[in-house]
Amino acid sequence: MLLQRYNMEEKFEPKIAAFVCNWCTYTGADLAGTSRLKQQPNARLIRVPCTGRIDPVFIIKAFESGADGVLVSGCHPGDCHYNAGNFHARRRWIMFRELLEFAGIDSSRLHFSWVSASEGKKWVDVIDGVTETVRKKGPFDQYRKMSRKIELPELEEEGVEI
Amino acid sequence: MRIGVFVCHCGENIGRTVDCHAVAEACAHFPGVAHSEDYKYMCSDPGQNLIKQAIREKGLDAVVVGSCSPHMHEKTFRKACADAGVNPYMVEIANLREHCSWIHDDIKAGTRKSIDLMRFAVEKVKFNVPLSPIRVPVTKRTLVIGGGISGIQAALDVANAGYEVVLVEKEPSIGGHMSQLSETFPTLDCSQCILTPRMVEVYQHPKIKLMSYSEVEKVDGFIGNFTVTIRKKAKSIKEEFCTGCGLCAQKCPIKKKALSEFDEGLSFRSAMYVPFPQAVPNIPVIDREVCTYFKNGKCALCKSVCGRDAIDFDQQDRFVKEEVGAIIVATGYKLYTIDKKPEGSIYKGYGEYGYGKYKDVIDGLQFERIASASGPTSGEILRPSDNKEPQKIVFIQCVGSRDESKGISYCSKICCMYTAKHAMLYKHKVHHGEAYVFYMDIRSGGKNYEEFVRRAIEEDHVKYIRGRVSKIYEEDGKLIVRGEDTIAGMPVTIDADLVVLATAMVPQPEASVLAQTLGVSYDKYGYFQEVHPKLRPVETATGGIFLAGACHSPRDIPECVSMASAAAAKTMVLFGSDMLEREPVVAEVDPSTCAGCFYCKKVCAYNAIDINEIRDRKGQLQKVVAHVNSGLCQGCGTCNATCPSKSIELIGFRDDQIFAQINAFAEV
Repeated sequence: MLLQRYNMEEKFEPKIAAFVCNWCTYTGADLAGTSRLKQQPNARLIRVPCTGRIDPVFIIKAFESGADGVLVSGCHPGDCHYNAGNFHARRRWIMFRELLEFAGIDSSRLHFSWVSASEGKKWVDVIDGVTETVRKKGPFDQYRKMSRKIELPELEEEGVEI
Repeated sequence: MRIGVFVCHCGENIGRTVDCHAVAEACAHFPGVAHSEDYKYMCSDPGQNLIKQAIREKGLDAVVVGSCSPHMHEKTFRKACADAGVNPYMVEIANLREHCSWIHDDIKAGTRKSIDLMRFAVEKVKFNVPLSPIRVPVTKRTLVIGGGISGIQAALDVANAGYEVVLVEKEPSIGGHMSQLSETFPTLDCSQCILTPRMVEVYQHPKIKLMSYSEVEKVDGFIGNFTVTIRKKAKSIKEEFCTGCGLCAQKCPIKKKALSEFDEGLSFRSAMYVPFPQAVPNIPVIDREVCTYFKNGKCALCKSVCGRDAIDFDQQDRFVKEEVGAIIVATGYKLYTIDKKPEGSIYKGYGEYGYGKYKDVIDGLQFERIASASGPTSGEILRPSDNKEPQKIVFIQCVGSRDESKGISYCSKICCMYTAKHAMLYKHKVHHGEAYVFYMDIRSGGKNYEEFVRRAIEEDHVKYIRGRVSKIYEEDGKLIVRGEDTIAGMPVTIDADLVVLATAMVPQPEASVLAQTLGVSYDKYGYFQEVHPKLRPVETATGGIFLAGACHSPRDIPECVSMASAAAAKTMVLFGSDMLEREPVVAEVDPSTCAGCFYCKKVCAYNAIDINEIRDRKGQLQKVVAHVNSGLCQGCGTCNATCPSKSIELIGFRDDQIFAQINAFAEV
C-alpha cells in the first residue's frame, strides 16, 4: 500500500496528522475556513477536548500509521479552556521531544504550536509551514520500517519486501 | 454495527470544491457502512428527514455526517438522530466545510481529504457508546463584572426579572465612563442626568448586591454552578456605619497629592475621597498610597471628625465567596495611551502629537470633563495650561484607531460622533470660537447620527478638513498644528489654543487576566471573544459566561445597553429551567485496574478526583482507587493521558476512539 502510493505518485505529498484542542485551535481552524484562507490540503485534524488529553503514544501511533509529520496545537499557555491542560501538555512535549531525539527520530517532523480561536491566519501559517518542512524532509519510512520489522520478523526472513 | 453516512453539499459551499457524490460512494465501501448518500442541504428539514428515513429503513445504529463544523450543526444532527431512535452520542461529524472545501481550491485534493475525514469519523463512531446527558441543578444568581452602563443595565434587567445579582465594580463607585461624559450624542442630553437615577436604582434594588472597590479573584465551577471568589479591597471604612456625610473627605488635609481619576488628571482629589459627588455607593475610600497616616502613622484627622466612628485603618482586603449560575462580563474600555509606549504594551504611542508634553494637547475624555458642568472648570471651556478660553480648537480623529503601525487596525467607532459632539459643545459655549476637525472618513452610521454630524458642519460651522496631522509644536504660546487637506491638495497650518485627540478605545489592561480567570477567549487586542460573530454575539465559548458592552468591541451607549439587555436575556433563558443538561463527556475510572497512584488527582484542575476505598465483606480495606465526581469533571482528559495504567478514560474521547482515527491514517 505504502510503496504503491510512492510509486504511483510522482510528487511526494506528505501526510500530516494534527491533534488539536476543541476550544482554541479547532475553532481557529474553523475561523480560517469561515474567512476562506487557503492552505495546504495535507493535514488531517483529529479533535480532542484539550491538548492535555494528548498522550505521547498518539504521536508514536500516528507515525506508525503512516504520518510523515505530526502537529500538536492548542490554546496559548494561560488561556486553556480547562485552566491548565496545556501546561501539562507542554511539560509532556519537552520530555517527549528529547525521547524522540534519543530514539533517533528527527524531531523536525513533530511540531507544536499555540493557535487561539481568533488566530485563523496563524493557523494557515502553521499548516503551510509544517507541510513545507515535512515535504522537504521527504517520506518518513525509517520509523515505519523499523516498527514493521519488529512486528513481522518472520516475513523478512522469508524475503518478503516490507 | 450499521453505520449510515450522509454527505452534505451545503448548497455550493462544500459541493464546489468537493465531489460530494464521489465521497458518499467511497464511504459506502468502508467496512461497517450500511448506507451512504449525499444531499444538497443535510441540515434542512428534507435533509434531516432523509437521515431519519434511512435510520428507520436500514436499521442504522450510528450516523456520520459530513457537513460544516461540529460547532455549527452537531446538535441539529444529534437531535434528528435521537428523533429517529438513534442515541445522539452515536453521531459523529466530519468537518468538510470549514476544514476542507472552504480552504482548498483543488477539487481532487478536496475530495481526497474529505474521504479521509469521513473515514476518521466512521472509524471513531464504531467505538462510540450510547450515552445520556448529565443533569445538574442551576443556581439562579448572576454575577455582573463591571459597573459601567453595560453592567448596570444587565444587573437591572436580571434583577427586575426576579433573580439575584452580584455586581462587582473595581472602582469605589459604579457609573463607569458614562458618568464622566458631559453630554451624549446625538441628543445632547446630559449624561449624568440620565445615568445617576439608574445608579441609585441599582443601589436600592433588593435583588442586587453591590460590591464596589472589589475584584474577581478566582472562578471555579461551570455553567449553572460557579463559585466566585471576590476580593473586597480595604476601603479603610466600615461601610455599615458610614452615612456618606462626606466630612472626612472634606477635612482630609492631603489635597494636592493625588490626581483625580474621575477628572482624568485635570484636578486633584484628597487622600480620603469619593470619586464624584453623585457616587454610588456614596462611601469614601482612603488611598493608602498618599495618606499620611499610612506613611507615618500621624494625622488621623478623618477618624477624629467622623461622628459614626466608621474609619478603620486596620481593615484588610477580604475574600468573599459567591455562588452564581451565570456571569456577565462588562469590563468596558480604556483610552489608548497616546504619549509614549507603556511598558509591555502592544501599542505604540503618538509622540509627534505632543500629548503629555504640551498641557493643551488633551484626549477625548479630558475634553468631556472640561465640557462637563461637574468638571474641574464647572463646564466652562478653559484650557488646562492657563485657564483661558481657547479661541481655536483643533480636533484630530483616528488617533490610534485604524493605524496598524501603532498596533490598532480597527475603527473605534464612536470617535467620529463624539468629536462632532465636542466641536458642537464648544461652539455652543464659545460662539466666536473656531473649531477644526481633521478626519480620515466620517463614519456616522446610526439613528440620527449622520444628521448630527451635518448639524455640526452646517449649523454650527465646524470646519472639517479631510487629512492627517503630521506634527504639533508650540510657538509663542500657540500650538502649531501642521497637517494636510487632501481634498484641496495642500498643506494646512493652524495656530490652535487647544488640541483634542480622539484616541482609540482599547480593552481594559487587566481584561486578558480576567479572561484567563474566567477561562474564556480573547482576541489579539484583549477584547473578549464571542462564540459566533453573527448569531451568538453575546455568548462566550464557556457556557454560562456572557459579554456586554465595550469589553467585546468598541461601541457606543445604545449599543452597550442593548448588548447588556441581550446578555441579561441569555441568563434568564438559562434560569428558565431548574435542571441543566450537560454533555456526558467526563472521565471514568476502571476500579479493577486502578492502582491508586492518584497522578490523575494531581493533574486535575477541577478537584474532580475523589479517593474511593474498596472493602471486602468483612469491611477490611482492599485498596484505594480514584473516583470521578462527574459534577465537577469538565472533560479535559488530562487525567486520561497521565494515567500510567490507562484506568481512567474520558468518555467520548476514549483511547480506543482516538486510536481508531489514528489507525485510519494507514489508509490515507
